[in-house]
Amino acid sequence: MTDAIASFGDAEPSREHEETGSYLESHGGGLSEWLLTTDHKRIAILYALLVTFFFFIGGTAATLIRLELFSPTATFLTDDGYNRVFTVHGIVMVWFFLVPLIPTTLGNFLLPLMIGAPDVAFPKLNLASWYLTLIGGLFVLGATLMGGVDTGWTFYPPYSTVYSNSNVAIAVLGVIIAGFGTIATGVNFVTTTHTLRCPGMTWFRLPLMVWGLYTVSLVMILATPVLAMTLVLVVADRWFGLPVFDGFRGGDPVLFQHLFWFYSHPAVYIMILPAFGVVSEVIACFARRRVFGYAAMVYAMLAIAIIGFAVWGHHMFVAGQSTFANLVFSFLTFIIAVPSAIKVFNWTATLYRGQITFEAPMLYTLGFVGLFTVGGMTGLFLASIPVDIQVTGTYFVIAHFHYVMVGGAVSAYFAGLHFWWPKITGRLYPESWARFAAYLMFFGFNFTFFPQFILGYLGMPRRYHVYPPEFHTWNVMSSTGAVVLAAAYLMPLFYLGWSLVYGQASPANPWNATGLEWKTTSPPPKHNFATMPIVDEDPYNYHDVRIGPEAERRDIDSVRAAPGLTPNNGRRSP
Amino acid sequence: MSESAINASAGIALPDPLREPWSDIARQREAATFGMWLFLMSEMLFFGAVFMAFSFTRALNVAEFQHAARHTEIVYGAPNTFVLVTSSLAMTIAVRAANIANRRLCARLLGATAILGFVFLVIKGLEYKDDLEHHLYPTLHFALGHNATQIFWAFYWIMTGIHAFHLTVGVGLVSRLTWLVHRNQLSLRSPQLEVTSLYWHLVDAFWIVLFPVLYVMGRG
Amino acid sequence: MNTVLFMPRSASTIAPRTDGLYLALVAISAAILVLVFALIVIFAYRYRRGSAAPRGALPTLLQHEVEIGWTTATVFAFLFFFWWAGANEVPELLPPRTATEIHVVAKQWMWKVQHPNGVREIDMLHVPIGEPARLVMTSQDVIHSFSVPDFRIKSDILPGRYVEIWFEPTEIGTFRLFCTQFCGTAHSAMTGSIVVMSKPDFAKWLQSRPGGGDFVAQGRELFVSLGCAGCHTPGGPVHAPDFDGLFGRRVPLASGRFVLVDDAWIRDCILGHSTADPPAGYPPIMPSFKGEVDDGQILALTAYVRSLSPQTGATR
Repeated sequence: MTDAIASFGDAEPSREHEETGSYLESHGGGLSEWLLTTDHKRIAILYALLVTFFFFIGGTAATLIRLELFSPTATFLTDDGYNRVFTVHGIVMVWFFLVPLIPTTLGNFLLPLMIGAPDVAFPKLNLASWYLTLIGGLFVLGATLMGGVDTGWTFYPPYSTVYSNSNVAIAVLGVIIAGFGTIATGVNFVTTTHTLRCPGMTWFRLPLMVWGLYTVSLVMILATPVLAMTLVLVVADRWFGLPVFDGFRGGDPVLFQHLFWFYSHPAVYIMILPAFGVVSEVIACFARRRVFGYAAMVYAMLAIAIIGFAVWGHHMFVAGQSTFANLVFSFLTFIIAVPSAIKVFNWTATLYRGQITFEAPMLYTLGFVGLFTVGGMTGLFLASIPVDIQVTGTYFVIAHFHYVMVGGAVSAYFAGLHFWWPKITGRLYPESWARFAAYLMFFGFNFTFFPQFILGYLGMPRRYHVYPPEFHTWNVMSSTGAVVLAAAYLMPLFYLGWSLVYGQASPANPWNATGLEWKTTSPPPKHNFATMPIVDEDPYNYHDVRIGPEAERRDIDSVRAAPGLTPNNGRRSP
Repeated sequence: MSESAINASAGIALPDPLREPWSDIARQREAATFGMWLFLMSEMLFFGAVFMAFSFTRALNVAEFQHAARHTEIVYGAPNTFVLVTSSLAMTIAVRAANIANRRLCARLLGATAILGFVFLVIKGLEYKDDLEHHLYPTLHFALGHNATQIFWAFYWIMTGIHAFHLTVGVGLVSRLTWLVHRNQLSLRSPQLEVTSLYWHLVDAFWIVLFPVLYVMGRG
Repeated sequence: MNTVLFMPRSASTIAPRTDGLYLALVAISAAILVLVFALIVIFAYRYRRGSAAPRGALPTLLQHEVEIGWTTATVFAFLFFFWWAGANEVPELLPPRTATEIHVVAKQWMWKVQHPNGVREIDMLHVPIGEPARLVMTSQDVIHSFSVPDFRIKSDILPGRYVEIWFEPTEIGTFRLFCTQFCGTAHSAMTGSIVVMSKPDFAKWLQSRPGGGDFVAQGRELFVSLGCAGCHTPGGPVHAPDFDGLFGRRVPLASGRFVLVDDAWIRDCILGHSTADPPAGYPPIMPSFKGEVDDGQILALTAYVRSLSPQTGATR
């Protein structure tokens, strides 16, 4: 299936490579050349390796959970074992995979390229962020290896502060340390966007990916410290016997929930805002159209970032919050759904009158739009207090946030990874395999998580090791889907790895896309641009505003049109 | 004209403060200051969270909190406030001195800042010792009984502890700068001075909030 | 469609209301999903590259109108649902006057239930059909959550606080009770059953169980045996508040604050949390009963104090 790529000719001989040398080129420094690098592109690679590693840790835990739930009774895990497995799944996936996923990998690589800068504003701080994330991760892994943590990723007191007999404090410290890495990344990105835009790159010429990274960075800077302090209070209670969250000594465990969700709800937007950016880039490129309602897209992202700070209470409708507070948070939660809906409509409208093709990034992106819409719509169920009372703490919530974070953010990550893979590595990936993986992921994902919506309304509680037999059918379906999904997630590892060695060299702009990152070589030279770029046009200038896009030939198509392959609208010939 | 050129003409071998990816020292300083402000915003939220928790718990237990606050040692707290505010003044003048290229004055005032910060920590340590002797640590032998006064004292230890940690980091940073400026190893145009001073003022400002909240409210 | 597969049983007065809202949300979600998917598929086909469909710029005016149009439509749709959900919730808040008070104490990993006449159960709750029940719940350790999916009710149970929840069963049968807030090792085993019986059956069942007198009687007994009566009686040897008509009133405290005499405050007083701020005019001399009384006994004492204020003692 890889012949499509294998027969690509060298469409554009990589002539610029000789001039500057790509950032990947070794200067004889060995491993330290990577571990001490301050080049944002290399740091992005370091991050990619790190989050991939954690993805497999968290993924292994997820697999164990789903295998255990094949049966309503305990099979190979004890109660405590199960509790530890879902806790490590949650902590690792939230803080060491989803939060850093797009910003630190694609974001780190692309932000300076997209705004025409040689690097981020504080390159050393950028490297320090990576080490903080690494050290935080090692703490969590250490806590896991020393016997695990059993609080769930939410660390609710008084269970976490008084009653749990597990390594809560070590894991919590790991999260705090990684949190400072996140803050440093946020500071770096915002400063970079403010101070290093190249001439002509005005705010409203920024690609939506940059807007996504900018808004997410603001959320990181303002939300993460609240989490850090909250977790400091947990450690203080646990190690020093302080009573801040102890209901029996005058403290208040619900206070923890307020502070925790003040971070953790915006954290969802940390995961999804950069995904919005990726999706906008990809849809525009493969529909050959300007993004519909660019300004509305920007304002929607800003609105989400801001209102995202005011909806945390919807996690606590059954936690003893006053009715008035419940109604206010319910209202605000309905309101924040509006900008999300605007984005979905705008992406759909971008397809209108386009010249659409369906390469793998586009397939992942269309998958994102579908799954994110399901995730977003089910958010409305959770905003409706009576329905929330029924489904909070059940598998409905699990399904909802997996649709948003995994169906949404992870699909977008794969879209972006394939889209910019030629730029990052200088190699083309095998298109057919990539498309197959995209279809399989979409199918496996729905197969896994859709049954959980039904389980949730039926009332199956989350974090249950054993469950009543009437939930068996849906759990078997979900676990079967998880096997498919696991296979789908493993595929890119192999075919992308394959392309690193055997893939065809990529031209500078294989998709014929707009954006400064495509104006430099693939892979880019160390300082990104040979000469400082100057911007004199709007983003997504795929066609003249007064007329629609022509069915123009792209570089990649001229390759496809080579003998042996027929152009058929981007689809592979049978 | 780059600073190394100025320094070269002055006969001093200073390291060039210009760092990648910058091509212009003014822009680099601007970015460093901007980045520091962002970090300070983050720090404000960090402290804001604990102030929020404190206020929330206080609102539920006003009487206990007032009662508990009367046991704080204002004889340490008040002079310490003075010490810290003075250190901020020294820091401000040090930065001004750097701006007018008075290296000696800058080094001295940075030294004074670090020493005042250290004095604050020593006084704070003595106060902690007194607090412990009075059984004001909220565990089994807590002096004020089994009620919400414990929460006040829990916050006391957490908030002053975190502040002291920040100040310790600050003393370390300022001591390093003092040494570098004194030994001619840092350009006075380096963004580090301005950035460190911002951090110092923020740590000072947190104390300005902590002092009335912990020592004064409840004594009225 | 098999209802057991897709929807839980509908066994309380609240259930059909929640289901109505849920199904409406399902309907609108499905409609929006179909719309978005259909548009994507239609555009993807019609505007696939090289197709003959005409392209051209969109008039700017049209762009703006479309944008404003769907934003407004979304806002109004969501506001409607907010109104519906809110309006649906408010009437559910207040239990009817006739609701039977049942005490629930949650602990790792067990439900302890006590009926008004003193009958105790563990991990089970028997109730008669058609009679509203009001549960007053507290936890002895961590946060738990009381969830009966077939009734569409759920509430977290907090340590050191009282939470209330109510329901009126409409179907005879046995319904599952889950703990839905993670509470440690055997969280998934912290389940129980709500057994809904016909009224005669329930009466028979209640009679067959060993009772311990009702809450008020238990509380009165404790009031004497713990020595409360020694001080808290008019004309007693010590100057201590008299409880007649006290419950539900706002009383001044030594600090000048006012406090509502309710379950939580009475609990604080019994456990000695109020010595820092006693009621105005009374010295802080009451000893703490922490460790001497358990949560069930505090509930009984509270019920007794409440019974001394007949007009406010009843539930709303």
